[in-house]
Amino acid sequence: MTEPNREPRRDFFKKASSVVIGGAITAIPFAAGVRVIMDPLRHKAAGGQRIRVTTLDSLPKDGTPRKFAILASRADAWNKYPDAPIGAIYLRRTGDNSVEALNVVCPHAGCFVDFRTEKKGFYCPCHNSLFAMDGKIADEKSPSPRGLDTLNTEIKGNEVWVEFQNFHTGTAKKVPVA
Amino acid sequence: MKRLFDWLDHRTGVKKLTHEALYENIPGGSRWRYVWGSTLTFALMVQFITGIFLWMAYSPSSQTAWESVYYIQYQMSGGWLLRGIHHYMAQIMTVLLALHLMQVVIDGAYKAPREVNFWFGLVLLVLTLALSLTGYLLPWDQKGYWATKVSTNIAAITPLVGEQVQRLIVGGVDYGHHTLTRFFALHAGVLPFLIIALVVGHIYLFRRHGITAKEPRRKPDAAFWPDQVFKDAVACLAVMATVLFLIILPRLRDSNAVMGAELGAPADPSEAFSAARPEWYFLFLFQFLKYFPGETEIFGAMIIPSLFMFVIFLMPFLGKWKLGHRFNIMFLFALIAGAALLTYLAKMEDKNNPIYVAAVKEAEESARRVQTLAQAGIPPNGALMLLKNDPLTQGPKLFAARCASCHRFNGHDGLGGVPSDAQSAADLQGFGSREWLTKFLSPAHISSSNMFGGTKFADGKMARFVKKDVAGFSAEEKQQLEKVIKAISAEAQIPSQAAAEKADAAAIEEGRKLATNDTMRCTECHQFRKPDDTATAPDLTGWASQEWTVAIIKNPTHERFYGKRNDRMPAFGNEGILDDRQIQMLVEWLRGEGIVNARPGP
Repeated sequence: MTEPNREPRRDFFKKASSVVIGGAITAIPFAAGVRVIMDPLRHKAAGGQRIRVTTLDSLPKDGTPRKFAILASRADAWNKYPDAPIGAIYLRRTGDNSVEALNVVCPHAGCFVDFRTEKKGFYCPCHNSLFAMDGKIADEKSPSPRGLDTLNTEIKGNEVWVEFQNFHTGTAKKVPVA
Repeated sequence: MKRLFDWLDHRTGVKKLTHEALYENIPGGSRWRYVWGSTLTFALMVQFITGIFLWMAYSPSSQTAWESVYYIQYQMSGGWLLRGIHHYMAQIMTVLLALHLMQVVIDGAYKAPREVNFWFGLVLLVLTLALSLTGYLLPWDQKGYWATKVSTNIAAITPLVGEQVQRLIVGGVDYGHHTLTRFFALHAGVLPFLIIALVVGHIYLFRRHGITAKEPRRKPDAAFWPDQVFKDAVACLAVMATVLFLIILPRLRDSNAVMGAELGAPADPSEAFSAARPEWYFLFLFQFLKYFPGETEIFGAMIIPSLFMFVIFLMPFLGKWKLGHRFNIMFLFALIAGAALLTYLAKMEDKNNPIYVAAVKEAEESARRVQTLAQAGIPPNGALMLLKNDPLTQGPKLFAARCASCHRFNGHDGLGGVPSDAQSAADLQGFGSREWLTKFLSPAHISSSNMFGGTKFADGKMARFVKKDVAGFSAEEKQQLEKVIKAISAEAQIPSQAAAEKADAAAIEEGRKLATNDTMRCTECHQFRKPDDTATAPDLTGWASQEWTVAIIKNPTHERFYGKRNDRMPAFGNEGILDDRQIQMLVEWLRGEGIVNARPGP
């Protein structure tokens, strides 16, 4: 098959260059593609928006939590929505002029917890675990690494403002998604 | 390592396979003319790689297709390169297909027993062109939209079932979401699948019959590896280098140009696009169709091209005779020369067509404009709305359509054209500015065609005042007039004058007093800053401001403006000729408001 008088050195050059060239020209489109799909790593989450959620009057005086959807401006790839739902919170009065805000996301696996009057706490339907009214873990078998995440609140006159933020799930420490 | 390899080989036969792949015999040794098939395989592989990555960011619907491509091109890092490779490799592929076909025909590689493989190749050629056609629509920009509309309209002339065929391709009566989902499924699913299947068959048959050696054989036989592989690799490198060169070419010419594939303005069904052309390799067909007027189109679009394809299909049989082989070569060359000539004619015709040239320029401008607007985020109803609500885009169009039959904007109709009607009302460029007002109040200009010349006010009170009184002003009065001009112009609150007006606050205040206390005799006819029931001329309070200009366009016959003395100007708002939003955009554009500055692209 090969010629008897072939120079092995010339053959090696051809083999090596073929491999190098072939690798390089395949790598170019591949690298361009990988760079593009890595794009999300360059972007930060839009966390910590201060949002007017409701009025103080609308919260029950007895401290029963009420659920509110959080509407805020939201960027989704190319789209910008002026008022889109970005999450939900529970608000509960802790005094005449104080409230506590809890993110509804369970810190274990990210399911939405639900306030149950009969259980006097927040129930997570995914793993049947329970959190107390103040968000602390309220059952021994809870798989959650921490209690529900509290959010910063501010009362301006009668308005309740919340600094909405999501946190990473599955860790004992509360780390904002940024 | 060796043991692992043996283990694998024992179970897969990989050794034999590699050996067969690499050590295929090439009679007469490696040659450059054999590289075309390999470059095509390489190009196809690159299209698969880049295509799948693009797929991860593309969204086929009429409100997201352009938007997601915009996002790939301008927002995702490296997106322009990925898109550029996919776009230009597709173009190079058509060239490589032509070269491959020519080499096969010239070398007689279609002759028995290779007929079937030749036909495989022809089908692959058609499928690749179908990929180009479907891919051209996917960005959903003006160019792809209108060009593809033409080709799907051609499908409608198919006898008997034309309309049904068209409706099935388009996915409905008109272009929309389902046109994109269908084209995308064809482009990324059906066609690639068929191509893979046929390429496997093509290469299998090629290996079965071996390469058609070019006679005379200059060298002894050699194996595919490494000689031919090396030549193939170098050829593929040249292909890749050409693609990369084409991607950066715009930047080499102009340092602000966008690199990668072009993205026009979003598809707009309400705005026909006179620069719609198919990709350059379909231009010959486009030109060809021009010679088939009316009902004869079916000959140019279907019958004649099909006949040509049929002749190519028969080439293996024709080539059995020596003369037949020569005929085949001549036929192919004639086809390619004809296509080249038609392409040249199409290009020349466009180049010398001012309508086409203007449409391309306008398309480029709106593409740049929408890219600028999209940087702030695209509304959920799509990027087209950005342009539809943009004063800078719509203002000049509205002016050209509604105002330019009498008015001018810097001598033209707003879009740079010259209207057929002679100018018979003021030139509104810089309306409200100090320069405009200075010119208006100068004896030399007030009765010129750029001001009151063409109107019934050409010799009215205002013109007489300027031509007699202002012409005889003393030096002191001229200084006073300058201050009055500053004061009246300040009423307009033109954005570009904001800084100057802040600095001239004292002069403006003085000018206001001069205008109100009648030194300049303004208030003999005009109302200014205090109610005046006896005023007969347009109100100078807030003159040329946004609110004032909107109001006069809505109804110039209102007492605040010309009242019953209005010349020919229609009440655009009251008569329902323009809606509020249109008037607003027109005024914002005239006043130079809301200009968003462009950020350079990648």
